[in-house]
Amino acid sequence: MATTGTSFIKHEVAHHFDNAEQEFESAKLGMWAFMAQEILFFSALFVAYAIFRYLYPEAFLEASSLLSWKMGAFNTAVLITSSFTMVMAVNSAQTSQKKKTFNFLLVTILLAALFLVVKYFEYMSKFHHGIFPPNYFNAMAVFEQVPIFFGIYFVITGLHALHILIGIGLIIWIMRRTARGEFHADYFTPVELVGLYWHFVDLVWIFLFPLLYLVG
Amino acid sequence: MSTKTIKNYLNCETGIMSWLTTLDHKRIGVMYLLFIAISFGLGGFFALALRMELLTPTQLYLTAKQYNQAFTLHGAVMVFLFIIPSIPAALGNFVLPLQLGAKDVAFPRLNLASFYVYVLGAAFAIFSLFNGAVDTGWTFYTPYSTQSDTSVISMTLAAFILGFSSILTGVNFIATIHKMRAPGMTWFRMPLFVWALYATAIIQILATPVVGITLLLLIFESTFGVGIFDPALGGDPILFQHFFWFYSHPAVYIMVLPAMGVMSELVTTFCKKNIFGYKLIAYSSLAIAIISFLVWGHHLFLSGQSSYANMIFSLLTFLVGIPSGIKVFNWVTTMYKGTIDLKTPFLYFLSFLFLFCIGGFTGMFLGALSVDVHLHDTYFVVAHFHYTMMGGVVMAFLGGLHYWWPKMFGKMYSEKWGRIAAAFVFVGFNWVFFTQFILGTKGMPRRYYNYLDQFQPLHAFSTMGTFVLGTGFIIMAVYLIHSLFKGEKAPANPWGGLTLEWVADTPPDHHNFHETPTVTTGPYDYEKAGY
Ligand SMILES: [Cu+2]
Repeated sequence: MATTGTSFIKHEVAHHFDNAEQEFESAKLGMWAFMAQEILFFSALFVAYAIFRYLYPEAFLEASSLLSWKMGAFNTAVLITSSFTMVMAVNSAQTSQKKKTFNFLLVTILLAALFLVVKYFEYMSKFHHGIFPPNYFNAMAVFEQVPIFFGIYFVITGLHALHILIGIGLIIWIMRRTARGEFHADYFTPVELVGLYWHFVDLVWIFLFPLLYLVG
Repeated sequence: MSTKTIKNYLNCETGIMSWLTTLDHKRIGVMYLLFIAISFGLGGFFALALRMELLTPTQLYLTAKQYNQAFTLHGAVMVFLFIIPSIPAALGNFVLPLQLGAKDVAFPRLNLASFYVYVLGAAFAIFSLFNGAVDTGWTFYTPYSTQSDTSVISMTLAAFILGFSSILTGVNFIATIHKMRAPGMTWFRMPLFVWALYATAIIQILATPVVGITLLLLIFESTFGVGIFDPALGGDPILFQHFFWFYSHPAVYIMVLPAMGVMSELVTTFCKKNIFGYKLIAYSSLAIAIISFLVWGHHLFLSGQSSYANMIFSLLTFLVGIPSGIKVFNWVTTMYKGTIDLKTPFLYFLSFLFLFCIGGFTGMFLGALSVDVHLHDTYFVVAHFHYTMMGGVVMAFLGGLHYWWPKMFGKMYSEKWGRIAAAFVFVGFNWVFFTQFILGTKGMPRRYYNYLDQFQPLHAFSTMGTFVLGTGFIIMAVYLIHSLFKGEKAPANPWGGLTLEWVADTPPDHHNFHETPTVTTGPYDYEKAGY
């Protein structure tokens, strides 16, 4: 259905594929393989976290209490909502609802931006109290390993924020293509793949929130 | 049709831009080949510089720091710029879609992107070369690497970027092998080179990101601090070694597995015999890939790792010998009663077989805990990994290069000079590195630019061998380049291979095949082909 409408652009299968199904399946498999490397990319940080939390439980308890769990919880809710709007965007693309796809993607971007704004204020309040990565750390702390927690915290949340930024870029890209009418029931691969990526980014945060904010 | 009007992938479009913007896997493979050859020359230049310094027990012409920089750059260039991309990115890119009967890899644009990521990484590496070089060794161990005043950051950034090129190639190959096979090509009708690239891609995707984040952490540690590698904050420098080797041991198999795949192709074609134990060779590639993730601790036997961990890692290390042994026995058995044709590619096959066994067995020595205490960080280790990396991977790479060269460029090289060069390389290699086994057992530590007088005869002997080895490579460069201009025109199937790349034109058409081939038998069915 749908490709007959004048507001949609018919998708041409790339020359080296036999048909649209092979093209879609390949893209999806490739994206899953890429997600596997993303998981391994973050894994080393989780391993480091596990080791040092095991070695210095009191320091981690103290450091974690310096974070604002309210802001963390708020951001968790923001990202979970954005995952939902992303699902709706993919669903709308699959059913050739151009306007809806566009709007859900727009809401997803706004939520992502909101996440980054909250994160910005969180970082600023930490810097304000002298909580920096270890080389510049000058806050008062009972346990001397507290800076290690913040070393891990800044690297992992920083890399996560970078992934959010990349996600925003990707969503803008598919929004423009949605507006042009490139996505419909017969072709929605990029929307689906960006959706996959976005869920991964959310999932990382869902692990990070309890590990970083709720040590107590 | 006259021969002049047949278009192929090399002449279907002309001009430099048609190369720089190409999406054709064959052209991308050729571009990789060019960069890899340049990197090999650069890495070889540093090797020669090292060997010259080691002619005498005292300083000859390099300061201690320059010597450290030379061996670091030799290692980093050879590992990250040459050997990791050598077989998968250069030969694999060219051959994989052809062997599958496909028109291209699954993601041609991603393929070109990973080439440019490689070029970007290479640019960072070259930048660090002129910006103080690096003197940490290619392993960048903390705490020294966070304190060295040389350009550690740009070199680790280079390795980080090059890693992403490798990951993207792996992603591309996985999707290609799963989804782009010609009709009738079941998993067990795939050539074994494809199986090897598949196992390699798994490691590229699962191990490379770990070294990526590790190098990133190292960069952060030396700029604003993370603390996890810093003992002053309660961190642990040994953790860096764990992270580093979690990638870098499997990386050894990113290099060796494709080489083993090339071996399986060479042995069947030049013995005109079906491979012995097809499934076991295919599965052993996967077994090696899996076990390779569990052995990294054998690099830390003397780093204060617990003795229980040492025992387990030692045992697991020995296990790698089983699938490797299966492959070696199967190749040898394939040769049995075959019609052996000692062409240049097969000479490199034999070199691999001989040298890789020595490399593998000496690996067992090093995997044994008590022996490792004596041999750790000596020239024995240097000789061991050169036997696996150069004696193994580089020999297979050269074998594959000579095997597919006519297909790539449509020209035959001089067989006579090919054999002469192979002899020089084989003799020179053993001359240089077997000597180093002896040096190591006598106690010569690695990475020193000065040494005790008693080691001089062996060091000087080893250095003499580098000239024989180098002569072999110079001869090779001359006749290969000569063949491009003056070589005889190559037929479509000069060696009588049965895999699909030999069905395509020489050089192949832009779209590989005029019509999609259909597969009805296994890849090496020489009995059916009349042998
Ligand atoms: Cu190892």
